[in-house]
Amino acid sequence: MSVELDVFVGNTTIMDKEVFQLWLNGYTVSDAVKVRIEGGIMEECEANAEVLLSDTMDQYRTFQMCERLLHHPAKLSNQLLFQIPPDRQAMLIERYYAFDDAFVREVLGKKLSKGTKKDLDDVSAKTGIMLKSCRRQFDNFKRVFKVVEELKGPLVENIQQHFLLPDQLGRDYAAIVFFASNRFETGKKKLQYLTFQDFAFCAGQLINHWTVGAVDNMMDDMDVDLDKEFLQDLKDLKILITDKDLLDQHKSLVCTALRGKTNVFNEMEANFKNLSRSLVNIAAKLINAKDVRDFFIDLVEKFIEPCRSDRWTSIDVNLYLTHYTNSAHILDTFKHHGVWTRYMGVIKSCILRIYH
Amino acid sequence: MPGKLKVKIVAGRHLPVMDRASDLTDAFVDVKFGNTTFKTDVYPKSLNPQWNSEWFKFEVDDEDLQDEPLQITVLDHDTYSANDAIGKVYIDIDPLLCSEAATVISGWLPIYDTIHGIRGEINVLVKVDFFNDLNRFRQSSCGVKFFCTTSIPRCYRAVMVHGFVEELVVNEDPEYQWIDRIRTPRASNEARQRLIFLMSGELQRKIGLKVLEMGGNAVVGYLQCFDLEGESGLVVRAIGTACTLEKISTLTSASATHPSNSSPSKDMKDSPQAAPSTLGCRSTHSSPVHSASGRLSQGFSVSVPTLLFAGMKPRHRSSEAPRFRQCRPVFGEEAPGIPLSSGPPTPLRVQTFSSFSPSKSYSRQSSSSDTELSLTPKTVRIYLSPSSPALVSDSSPLPSAHLPRHLRPGMSSRSTTPPPLHVSQSDTAMLRKSMSFSEELLLAASGMGSGGSAGKEAGPLKALLRQQTQSALEQREYPFFTLTSFPPGFLLHVGGVVSARSVKLLDRIHNPDEPETRDAWWEEIRQEIKSHAKALGCHAVLGYSESTSICEEVCILSASGTAAILGSRFVQDGPLDTDYRLSRQPLVFSTGAERVEGDMGSSASLGFEEVAPPGCGFCHIPYDELNIPFPAQLTYCYYCRRFKVPDVLFTTIDLPTEANVTGKGCLIQARLCRTKKKAQGEGNATAISNLLPFLEYELHTQLMNKLKLRGMNSLFGLRIQISVGETMLLGLASATGVYLTALPSPGRIQIAGKTPSDITYEQHISNMQKKINDTIAKNKELYEVNPPEVVEEMIGSPIPEPRQRSRLLRSHSESSDEVTELDLSHGKKDAFVLEIDDTDAVEDIHALLTDSPMPPGFYSCNTEIMPGIQNWTSAIQMFTSVRVFRLNNANLTNQGLNKIFSDLCENLLKSLYFKLRSMIPCCLCHLNFTVAVPEDELIQVAVTAVAMSFYKDQTLENGRQSGDKTLIKAITENDEQLQFNLELNAESSSSNPLSSTKGLSDVSGSHPSARDRCSSWIEQLRLKAHTIRRGSVKTTSSLEKASPLPEGRSRSLQSNRSYSGSSVTVVKMTPLSFIPGAKITKYLGIINMFFIRETSSLREEGGVSGFLHTFIAEVFAMVRAHVAALGGNALVSYSMKECVFMENPNKNQAQSLINVSGDAVIFVRESELEATSVQPQSAATRETSNGGDGT
Repeated sequence: MSVELDVFVGNTTIMDKEVFQLWLNGYTVSDAVKVRIEGGIMEECEANAEVLLSDTMDQYRTFQMCERLLHHPAKLSNQLLFQIPPDRQAMLIERYYAFDDAFVREVLGKKLSKGTKKDLDDVSAKTGIMLKSCRRQFDNFKRVFKVVEELKGPLVENIQQHFLLPDQLGRDYAAIVFFASNRFETGKKKLQYLTFQDFAFCAGQLINHWTVGAVDNMMDDMDVDLDKEFLQDLKDLKILITDKDLLDQHKSLVCTALRGKTNVFNEMEANFKNLSRSLVNIAAKLINAKDVRDFFIDLVEKFIEPCRSDRWTSIDVNLYLTHYTNSAHILDTFKHHGVWTRYMGVIKSCILRIYH
Repeated sequence: MPGKLKVKIVAGRHLPVMDRASDLTDAFVDVKFGNTTFKTDVYPKSLNPQWNSEWFKFEVDDEDLQDEPLQITVLDHDTYSANDAIGKVYIDIDPLLCSEAATVISGWLPIYDTIHGIRGEINVLVKVDFFNDLNRFRQSSCGVKFFCTTSIPRCYRAVMVHGFVEELVVNEDPEYQWIDRIRTPRASNEARQRLIFLMSGELQRKIGLKVLEMGGNAVVGYLQCFDLEGESGLVVRAIGTACTLEKISTLTSASATHPSNSSPSKDMKDSPQAAPSTLGCRSTHSSPVHSASGRLSQGFSVSVPTLLFAGMKPRHRSSEAPRFRQCRPVFGEEAPGIPLSSGPPTPLRVQTFSSFSPSKSYSRQSSSSDTELSLTPKTVRIYLSPSSPALVSDSSPLPSAHLPRHLRPGMSSRSTTPPPLHVSQSDTAMLRKSMSFSEELLLAASGMGSGGSAGKEAGPLKALLRQQTQSALEQREYPFFTLTSFPPGFLLHVGGVVSARSVKLLDRIHNPDEPETRDAWWEEIRQEIKSHAKALGCHAVLGYSESTSICEEVCILSASGTAAILGSRFVQDGPLDTDYRLSRQPLVFSTGAERVEGDMGSSASLGFEEVAPPGCGFCHIPYDELNIPFPAQLTYCYYCRRFKVPDVLFTTIDLPTEANVTGKGCLIQARLCRTKKKAQGEGNATAISNLLPFLEYELHTQLMNKLKLRGMNSLFGLRIQISVGETMLLGLASATGVYLTALPSPGRIQIAGKTPSDITYEQHISNMQKKINDTIAKNKELYEVNPPEVVEEMIGSPIPEPRQRSRLLRSHSESSDEVTELDLSHGKKDAFVLEIDDTDAVEDIHALLTDSPMPPGFYSCNTEIMPGIQNWTSAIQMFTSVRVFRLNNANLTNQGLNKIFSDLCENLLKSLYFKLRSMIPCCLCHLNFTVAVPEDELIQVAVTAVAMSFYKDQTLENGRQSGDKTLIKAITENDEQLQFNLELNAESSSSNPLSSTKGLSDVSGSHPSARDRCSSWIEQLRLKAHTIRRGSVKTTSSLEKASPLPEGRSRSLQSNRSYSGSSVTVVKMTPLSFIPGAKITKYLGIINMFFIRETSSLREEGGVSGFLHTFIAEVFAMVRAHVAALGGNALVSYSMKECVFMENPNKNQAQSLINVSGDAVIFVRESELEATSVQPQSAATRETSNGGDGT
């Protein structure tokens, strides 16, 4: 004696948020039923396990049928198969495209290729996120990446338009796409302390200020790539460290401004040349794709770690960078004010974000 | 050449990839109608082709227009090999042929393939230039409107109800033709789909012709069914009620609620088309039932012993003078909302064979009841009247029929003579004898122990009147109505359920053009029904429906309905109809006898209208209590105390809106499963025939038990389905139990043991008794069944001493000895005794106690209206759920099977409650169960229903504001409106004499229009409050989401983002004829679609569940798309008639067939209607109400 077939179809498709989440998290039907029973839904609704199993199966089937549409969220709103109220559609899309920070930290900056996908079981083991869920998240990244990769115009908006994602999620995806396409290294041990949101913030800064689209949104270029011309120009900043006079002048200006304002003034004064050299070197190397990948490593190794070992507070860092940036404009022989501002603006906010 | 069909193919979208190499498709479209085909250009390499074709024009006969569907095929162009078909769209253009329905079909329709399902969508435009053919000899019937709705459609008024129309067409099933062996499954499916479309069209056209012949312009309650008879063919049959409808032109509520405003002249204009034909004529076959005797010899029939005295009316009256007849019910569109609808006169209709000259002085306004009297024949009939709840079942005329042993030869031979029968009065003696058996059954079934005795005032007037009406109806071949709810005054009395079944052996239909055999079968059954109704003293059958169950070559045909007496004004002669208005005057009955007398007098002088209060009149017995040939327990009506009522009432119709009901109703189901030996041919049919009566009897007993367990006394919407399989018979009876205030409260259920020696046994019994008593008490509380205590003396009913009576009656029962020992006069009422020694009774008790209660917040019914719930929200959710259950061990006892089947249904209900828990408080309305035995060990149960949520606090019922305060607080800005409305409500209800005088009764029930209006207001407010309370106002949340980017450049993007699914119209679907909180403004035409889906990769599609889930979702999608293309936003009276599912897991294959139908409509939210007319303020409210809307 067994139930051979069991379906429920509503004119308005019924989708339970809780079950949807369990499905997204990669639970099997029987595990999901367990979780629901533990959640106390049976007492709440006078149901029994059989009913719960039937409902869960049915929901899972519905989600599976919907998944195809969720891959192209724009289709979800003009398909005819499921009648889903708009707010519910938005919920489905948002939840389907949501990801775990722990997971994204693992794949951020990696090539979204089959190879990476094969390693997902390791990621799953490491993060405790179910493999199914990892795959879904990975596929989402890849799908978004593929669609916007070739598109012109602003990255965040492209993503939002094609995947109907809410604002924040769209930005996060932009960061993921940006990292994946520039292959920023994020997995090194020294970078482990950084969260995805730290990176996403930095990505936002880079996208908004260092890409072609940032300067001129009428340009038919893409947001994904850094502005080559700008990177070229960054080389000119080298004068700040190569020209001895300029370096000394810069140092004295900064020190004058900082004196008395911080507890670590001595360390700042002592380290000025080192730090300045590091920042300018990072800038100068960015023209090489390989060095772009190491951008965050370099920032941490060459700037953040020295500061941290000298016990600068983030207020100190802020103070230092502010004066360091501003003083350069006062230098007589320094001509590259535009490039300098564009560079230091991003560097400063990135460092401040990841200095913790 | 009266029609020009024009088609334009605009575009396609979401097409499947047909060319793997390019991942694209080169699509073009074939447009075919009849034998003409047009093609569009190939639109290369796109999944979203833009054909934008020219207008393809088909010049066709209107006959073809009705029969043929427009067939659109999307193909992928292939230079080297044959073009691949992507899929098809069938478009029924019938709605375009009626001027009042849709004018254009335009929109995205899913492209459907029987193997792959929906594959993208196509945007088409279809128009018809139509010149109506007025040729008398035409074969077409364009312009006749069809409605699935089983009541007068909401924006129409019935000028006339003509009566029953039926038709059937047969053909060979392409699936079983020889060619099927060499063609692909797809070709075979498509041939079948197309054939059924054609047959449906033809059927509709033919029915339409009959309607025109009768002078009508519409079919209401159109019910079309398919019989897939396998080898022997395919039958498509339909029944309906022909009407002349008139559109209520103005939408303003003023005219809608006061149809008396409409001028009589309007009606005059409308009715001439009805003039020349004879009333109620039916043209198909004049051949007597037995003309097909050759085939009939294979038939088997059966009779349930509950009623053995079918069709025995003296027919001498056939020679009486023909009279004027007129059938002119004037129904308001808002039928329940019009307590007063004046009758605008309609031209006289003259019977063609009338010897009476129509020029007689029957001027429209003169009510000459005297003349009427003189016309009335003097014969007073004797009514043989079985008890109301009797299940009247068929006994079909066959020599070889294996009738139950109780049937004496005399009986069966009598029934072999075709009705009309001439049975002399002396027959009654014999009848009485034959009653002995049924008495016992009735006793057990209805727990009645006594019969009314006193002859009542009912008198000759009543009889005369009834006779008139009756003769008017009698001259129709079938005085049947497929309607289930009626305008006030249409229904006078209800007799009870009449049903007939017969078992037939199928064999190949040799000549599709002459479907005589099938016709004869149905004719036979209808005659049976008609005679049963007569036996109940009724002249009409309401809520009539027909169904079949087929297994291999055996077919069970069933028909059932409710015997009733109709209001004379709707079916009677001309002069009487003016009285109608007078008798419609609201009566004050509660004031006392004198008053009542006065009314009686006046009405009698005017036309013998029985003055029964609308709230209870239909419960009064239609038969003559002097001659009750069976023990019915009659009492005086508990409401008006003037007429007799039965103790229980079973009907197949909806609860009349004006009925006085105590508490709420609930779904009551009797389920039964009986094993049957495998057999072939005649043997099989015999076996089934033998089982049927017991099955029916037990279902009936179960229903009765469960009804009592809920403390209720009547059933509405009763539907008994019997399904036959190879090794079992399934019976499922569903109905809505209700406590009618007019009927006596049901007796208790008492358990009795045979051997009261053992103490533990005694204890066991008393335990059970206690359980049952507790359940009854609980149920009474749950359904708020707390009838006002009536002092026995006050009723003054002549209930005879029960004990004596029962002894007398039970003398034939096998178990009578023990039973009579018991004190049956337990308390005031007769006890209903269940003996647990009896294995059947154990089962009954088991069934009683296993029905699990509904979770709090849920109610359920299978009728349209749930008594006791009025204030619906606009949130509705229609759904279909299907379960197939496999019985693994074949050797099950009846009892074991029963339990499995019952659990299956119970679990299904539980699942539904769980699924829909977010809608609490809610009611599952129109719960429609369909059972089938698709294979040897499989049981399939399909349920379609609509869940509608309502507001818990019934503020409106009291006419004052008692709702929760937070709610009101939350919507203070609307407070003024609320106040205003409540005033309005109070005002209107005070104008109703009912409400002012009758404190006890359900006031709101009597004045629904005012209540509706008011509830819509409150609904808005509530909805708003609701959303606020939940903390998620959906519309606003999406608005917030839509403004994420502050920069200017992001704004451009926003408009592109199609968040709100604006591209797809939301289409509501409901099996009910209305949409709560909304007004239907236009009927766009009938939707009647048939789909086949097949797969040979079952596992890959998610197994059987995945396959069927997708298919049902696809069917819904296609229905919605077609409704939207007609310009509608809802489908009402939706039903899934057929859901056949077959699988072959070993071959990884499955096939399914689904037939759905309904009425496409445009509705407008009442809040929107008022927003335009009243205040702009409510616009805001409307927005939220739409946002919070479930469907």
